Amino acid sequence: MADTTQGTGGLIYDKSKRAWPNEINIFIALILIIGVFEALGQILPYMQGQSFLFDTSGRFDSIFNEARLKIVILQVAIIGIIALGSTQVIISGGIDLSAGPLVGAAAMIVMSFAQTELVNGNPNPKAVFGLWAMDLPVIVPVLVGLAFGALIGAINGSLIAYTGIPPFIATLGMFLFARGISRWWTEGQPVSFPTEGFAALGSGMMPVFWFLALAVLFHVLLRYTLYGKRTYAIGSNEDAARMSGINVKRHKVLVYMIAAMLAAFAAVVLSSKNLTAQAGMGQFYELYAIAMAVIGGVSLTGGRGSIPGTVLGAMVFGVIQSGFTYVKLDAYYQLMAMGMIIVGAVVLDKWRQQRGAKMG
Amino acid sequence: MSDMQTDIHSADHEHPHGNLGEVILETRGLTKHYGGVHALEDANFTLRKGEHVAIMGDNGAGKSTFVRQITGVEQRTRGDIYFDGQPVHFAGPLEAREAGIEAVFQTLALADDLDVADNLFLGREKTKWNWLGPFRFLDYKAMRQDTIAALEKTAVKIPNIRNTIQNMSGGQRQCVAIARTATFHSKLTIMDEPTAALGVQETAQVENIIRTLKEAGEPLILISHNMRQVMDTCDRIVVFRRGRICANIDITGGDVTGEEVVSYITGAKTQPEYDVEGLT
Ligand SMILES: Nc1ncnc2c1ncn2[C@@H]1O[C@H](COP(=O)(O)OP(=O)(O)OP(=O)(O)O)[C@@H](O)[C@H]1O
Ligand SMILES: [Mg+2]
Repeated sequence: MADTTQGTGGLIYDKSKRAWPNEINIFIALILIIGVFEALGQILPYMQGQSFLFDTSGRFDSIFNEARLKIVILQVAIIGIIALGSTQVIISGGIDLSAGPLVGAAAMIVMSFAQTELVNGNPNPKAVFGLWAMDLPVIVPVLVGLAFGALIGAINGSLIAYTGIPPFIATLGMFLFARGISRWWTEGQPVSFPTEGFAALGSGMMPVFWFLALAVLFHVLLRYTLYGKRTYAIGSNEDAARMSGINVKRHKVLVYMIAAMLAAFAAVVLSSKNLTAQAGMGQFYELYAIAMAVIGGVSLTGGRGSIPGTVLGAMVFGVIQSGFTYVKLDAYYQLMAMGMIIVGAVVLDKWRQQRGAKMG
Repeated sequence: MSDMQTDIHSADHEHPHGNLGEVILETRGLTKHYGGVHALEDANFTLRKGEHVAIMGDNGAGKSTFVRQITGVEQRTRGDIYFDGQPVHFAGPLEAREAGIEAVFQTLALADDLDVADNLFLGREKTKWNWLGPFRFLDYKAMRQDTIAALEKTAVKIPNIRNTIQNMSGGQRQCVAIARTATFHSKLTIMDEPTAALGVQETAQVENIIRTLKEAGEPLILISHNMRQVMDTCDRIVVFRRGRICANIDITGGDVTGEEVVSYITGAKTQPEYDVEGLT
């Protein structure tokens, strides 16, 4: 059998010089950023020598500050679930701006099917529907949420694939439309008091579990299945994909549906975690999700990036957020820094591409 | 269908070729307009099984446009296409490929961020667990082995088939695109300027692939600006000028000179049967 690691035509290929995977760069960046915060903790006078990562409060079971690690990953987990979808959309050469408002709308709708009849012996004061919608099995609100996500994604994808309007415009329209749905649903009233079963979905470290489990699932799908290969192919060269006989339109609809279903699932986890759904939920989430993907090496021009990269991008995002809080910088500085980091990540990607082209 | 039969017989008289088979591809009045641009006008073209035909013509003459209509990449403005005895209306390239038409497009149709094997199998990936539908798994191992075999067969030099093709030389990329058509057996192969970016050795390799097709009796449409190559590998030259066919020259006799063909390309000459008003 042919040796599939060799070159052809007698050319020799030095395996030790294999291209350095981009995920390692992001991992190094993550370590460096943690190092910077660690150093700031030692240098800044008002920090009194606190440590960012290492627990110095006299515990002996571990040297790490697990509480901080948990917070870092917990606070990025829900947006991270959305970022898994954004990653696929961006790899396919598109963009999805509607994820944040979709989270708001899906949370309102999902929570309406997850309410419990009696709160402390009294009727649920926030009841949206009648008794028929009370104390339903937990699978019902989850399926309703996923179906709603699939519908929104199918609309996004069909608009983009069949009318040819740019993804930016189509999903910007959906951005406003979905926010409208979330405000219209209860005319702005929050929806609260879910069943115990529903509340369990997002309690404790469950968001982290969902995030990592879905990351593994979509890593496998992107890396090893036809779906994944064609997503990369379309993002890399849409004309080539079409000329090679790939049904580009249908595939795009599928990608946007998957992304929207992930956002809707994030809404399930978020409303469960908060035990309430509010019309304004998910603000900026689409941008943060795109930022995580871009920091993680997903190229906005399509065709490149990976789920492990995005998971690392989410960690970088979380560490920076938590680090800023740790050095007691205000939230507006965080926003400014995030803005710069996103632009920086795109510039880096451009450089990488140009260097790649020169090497050829 | 009965119309078809008479067409084929009349074509028989126009181009008598020794041992060539029946008609595999025929176009009647094939026309493509892009808005006001008449890129292809009333093209009548016939290709027989086993025959290698070159299409020549200046830049913008409509050669690639002709190919895009046959391969279903675009929808024709009017006219008829018969493939393998049947009138065809390919809705897209996939249908054309399924019918047995393989094409190397001038734009190569490669995905830069994928590796050689991925590109070779783009759109017809080998998969397993097919019950998973769009999420079925790729059979990477089989695809890589077939890729190595295909590249060795065509003597294409690629240092590592697992590299993305974005950093490969123009010639290597072109070789990948050509190996793609040579790997899958087809009823008709179309190559649009396959050697445009290639060095002397690589050009010779591609010409070898073309000869292999000839020996296997597989018909070919070769678009090329290279007169020597056309004279060496083809039986017939069809010349396009400003969207129209202006000459159909049998070169099997060996008595046709390059100058004569050039005079058709430049418009100095037009064969009488193609002389319509406004062409020259
Ligand atoms: N999509 C399009 N829209 C408008 N005009 C087009 C389009 N595609 C091709 N044309 C025009 O049609 C004409 C024929 O183009 P075509 O690509 O078929 O030329 P060609 O013979 O293949 O030339 P070359 O040798 O340069 O490849 C040209 O004038 C071109 O500008
Ligand atoms: Mg052309």
